[in-house]
Amino acid sequence: MKNKVNNKKQNKLDNPFYDPSLTKRHLLDKFFKSLSLSALIFSLVFLIIFFTDIINKGIPSFKQAYVQVPITYSAETVADSIYAVEEKYETLVSRAWFRDMPAYVEANPTVMNKTINEWVLADDEVDQYLKGHNNTLNDDEIATLKELQALGQVEQKFNVVFFTTGDSKIPENSGFYSSVIGSIMTILVCMAVAFPIGVMTAIYLEEFAKDNKISHIIEININNLAAVPSILFGLLGLSVFINFFGMPRSSALVGGLTLALMTLPVIIVSSRTALRSVPASIRQAAFSLGLTKWQVVKDHVLPIGLPGILTGSIIGMARAMGETAPLIFVGMVVFSPDAPSDFLSAATVMPAQIYTWAGMPEGAYVEKVSGAIMVLLGVLLSMNAIAIYFRKKYEVKWQ
Amino acid sequence: METFTNNNKSTKIKESLIVYILIAATAVTIFTTFGILFSILFEAIEFFKMESFWYFITGTEWSPGVEGAKYGAVPIFTGTFMITAIALLVAVPIGVYSAIYLSEYASNATRNIAKPMLETLSGIPTVVYGFFAAITVAPVVVDIASYFGMEASFNNALACGIVMGIMIIPIIASLSDDVITSVPDSMRKGSLALGMTKSETIKFIVVPAAMPGIISSVLLGISRAIGETMIVVMAAGVRANLSANPLEDMTTVTVRIVDALTGDHAFGTPETLSAFALGLVLFVVTLILNIVSVYTIRVFKEKYKSSNL
Repeated sequence: MKNKVNNKKQNKLDNPFYDPSLTKRHLLDKFFKSLSLSALIFSLVFLIIFFTDIINKGIPSFKQAYVQVPITYSAETVADSIYAVEEKYETLVSRAWFRDMPAYVEANPTVMNKTINEWVLADDEVDQYLKGHNNTLNDDEIATLKELQALGQVEQKFNVVFFTTGDSKIPENSGFYSSVIGSIMTILVCMAVAFPIGVMTAIYLEEFAKDNKISHIIEININNLAAVPSILFGLLGLSVFINFFGMPRSSALVGGLTLALMTLPVIIVSSRTALRSVPASIRQAAFSLGLTKWQVVKDHVLPIGLPGILTGSIIGMARAMGETAPLIFVGMVVFSPDAPSDFLSAATVMPAQIYTWAGMPEGAYVEKVSGAIMVLLGVLLSMNAIAIYFRKKYEVKWQ
Repeated sequence: METFTNNNKSTKIKESLIVYILIAATAVTIFTTFGILFSILFEAIEFFKMESFWYFITGTEWSPGVEGAKYGAVPIFTGTFMITAIALLVAVPIGVYSAIYLSEYASNATRNIAKPMLETLSGIPTVVYGFFAAITVAPVVVDIASYFGMEASFNNALACGIVMGIMIIPIIASLSDDVITSVPDSMRKGSLALGMTKSETIKFIVVPAAMPGIISSVLLGISRAIGETMIVVMAAGVRANLSANPLEDMTTVTVRIVDALTGDHAFGTPETLSAFALGLVLFVVTLILNIVSVYTIRVFKEKYKSSNL
């Protein structure tokens, strides 16, 4: 046995190509491979930590505490709604309910002069207490709450408020809805401007422009614009759209235009790539049938390149939707309780709403922000997924 | 005798009209660049009429809005530099090694998982990264620092830098991946045939060949880090603090721009106009980085006649 090992060793030494450092080199080889794999795994681990963190914090925001307390509707309590609820329950009920109560009675006059056991929105501190987070409830309030809990008069229901209202100074009454509408309107403006201009620019540069100095400069300029920090587009929007053209601050119009200028390079670059991938034979065949240049582009090149253009545009759109920095300067980080009614009225967008809430001191906003992030990421990731689906489905491999 | 020339006048007019419309659309991008440049430049000139330019680039005290306000931007520049440097320390090794794994080792299945993962990473809005840095990462950094007996601010530069680094990983990884993939295979085969191991081939042949492209991707990453706003606005400090300790709070150019323009100062005062002076610096620095980046990648492209960049 020992002889065999010695033989092997001898064989190695006799081998003129034997490299004594080989074991070490192979070890280093393996080490290098695992090093580069671990770099890739780092990103994966981060993503997992990130998503679990956000989802952990955000899931509770979809539930909201409600309490069932006796409510007295009378002329007196309508005049000052704070008396509608017994004093010990007063701090447990949301201030938003007290504020809206007179309007509710006006809409439902039948409840007048009755005392009804009713489910009402609870204060955010009650909500935080039930979720086991930090809260400012005192011992008396907790005792009252426990009594109610024992009677089954406290419940965590689906947070309808979050999905149907806008921002509010009262945490439990603030919702994400108006910023979703604001985002949709802003993106509509953005795409209505950026998509046609971007595609036209790409068509011009790919199909019509001569290969001269001017088109070279335009090309460099577009590449540069794609890498300009987004915050500078905000300064542009402030100086040009608001100070120079006098458009209304905080409106979806101004926000959309600012984002359009920012998205333009993304759409141009991806559209050019899409047009370039259309094989020359298509153009030659069309030309040989006597079509004019524009007819060739309109009827043949553009339809073939369209999936690629759409993919790039959806990705650009998703980027614009997640952008906050340039919108700060055109006033879109704004307190906006109602959804904007038109393109000129004050609006906020999803990331701006997240930014506003993140700066709020109440603990209830941390979960609201995380919930809002879940909604925003859900929208953005599905947009990206649609883009990837488009690319996969319509990708044509030309011979 | 039939002719094949198209003499339809209306078609010709239509064609040339369309070309003019396309040119007009193309001009929008040119106007945007000039719009950004001039809108920043004019206000910045206004600022430098009121405050000294020399003190702006060499002064070490930034105290706007008080009696005898001083506008020395050095602490702001060092803060930006510090956070960018931390971001690069995270992003460059991870980004480049990920790119190496993706282009040299990964099977198709791995690529199919890793590519969408990196795309997801780059698809996360910066405001979300900012929230994550401020709420999750910063307290962790503070805890770890206090475990080692050090005191860290909740607005410490380290947390910002780490999260910003993660944000720019996909930029560096995907660009470097493209570059490394387009290094000709003959070079790898030549090296392997001479008895080099795979890692030696990568280290001594592939990566040096791809270096211009990798540098270009890193420059783009730097440019992105310097111009990044939301992460630092939410997680970094607003105090202009000249320090070399990453555990202290620091401010950046972008934070000061946001701070100056969201305060309740009247437009036209040095407080608000200082935003445009800082914006000008940001524009010039990122422009230079972008141009150098484009130039280095062009060198690479011409060397290997690669068409997929």
